[in-house]
Amino acid sequence: MTVPIFWYLAVAAALFGIGTLGVLIRRSAIMAFLSIELMLNAVNLSIVAFARSLGERTGDLAAVLDGHVLVLMVIAVAAAEAAIGLALFIAVYRRRRTIDLNRLNLMRW
Amino acid sequence: MEVAVFLLFAALVLVSALVVVLHRNPIYAVMSLVVTLVSIAVLFVLLGAPFLAAIQVLVYTGAIVVLFLFVIMLLNVSGDGSTAFGLQKIVAAGAAVGFSTLLLVLFWGRFEGLPLPPLEEADVALRPLARALLGTYLLPFEMVGLLLLAAVTAATVLARRADREKT
Repeated sequence: MTVPIFWYLAVAAALFGIGTLGVLIRRSAIMAFLSIELMLNAVNLSIVAFARSLGERTGDLAAVLDGHVLVLMVIAVAAAEAAIGLALFIAVYRRRRTIDLNRLNLMRW
Repeated sequence: MEVAVFLLFAALVLVSALVVVLHRNPIYAVMSLVVTLVSIAVLFVLLGAPFLAAIQVLVYTGAIVVLFLFVIMLLNVSGDGSTAFGLQKIVAAGAAVGFSTLLLVLFWGRFEGLPLPPLEEADVALRPLARALLGTYLLPFEMVGLLLLAAVTAATVLARRADREKT
């Protein structure tokens, strides 16, 4: 017996929910950022599962490869985003001595 | 066998992800993220994407997690693992569970009961992926390289000490 496609999607949906929870409850900017990485991984998992499902239904290998290339692009953009985001946190910390999201309220009306 | 491996690593993904979100110590949270990412790499292998699994381990656990560890130790936020207040927590948990349930219902309606035949050798071959990545998608591939260069440059400029700009 093989694993049904829905199980992978269920794991991805639960992981995305956990990531959402993290973004909402953590007050440290770095921890919120970690949760965003979790959400990105959930989406990657669902993309790979969708690609496999599509490939099996259409019998088209190119469709599977499209999904895999898309996931590769997402991973590369996530790496770039992590570098920029963490550099921003360092810059903010130098200026404000904190990265607590509740205290970074300069642009609040 | 495949089901057993899937269940083990799916449970590992969810438990370690919860530890990432809920643990007070950021170092432990990042270490738990390593477990999550490697388990997702195992799920990638099960889905017939061994190359993506390798890239996941290399780029995520090798580069991004180390970057997170560096910044956490640099900024000394180890004691600052605080979370939101009680009411905020309940609302956030409700929103997260609600959103997950919505996704599950949508996936259930569309993908429940779809059979998934076992992987064949042609499904996991690397040559077609290389042809797609460096042939069909050569331009996006090069643009990602450019994006990474821009990101590295920008990160260097952003994280540079401000007092050096005056000299």
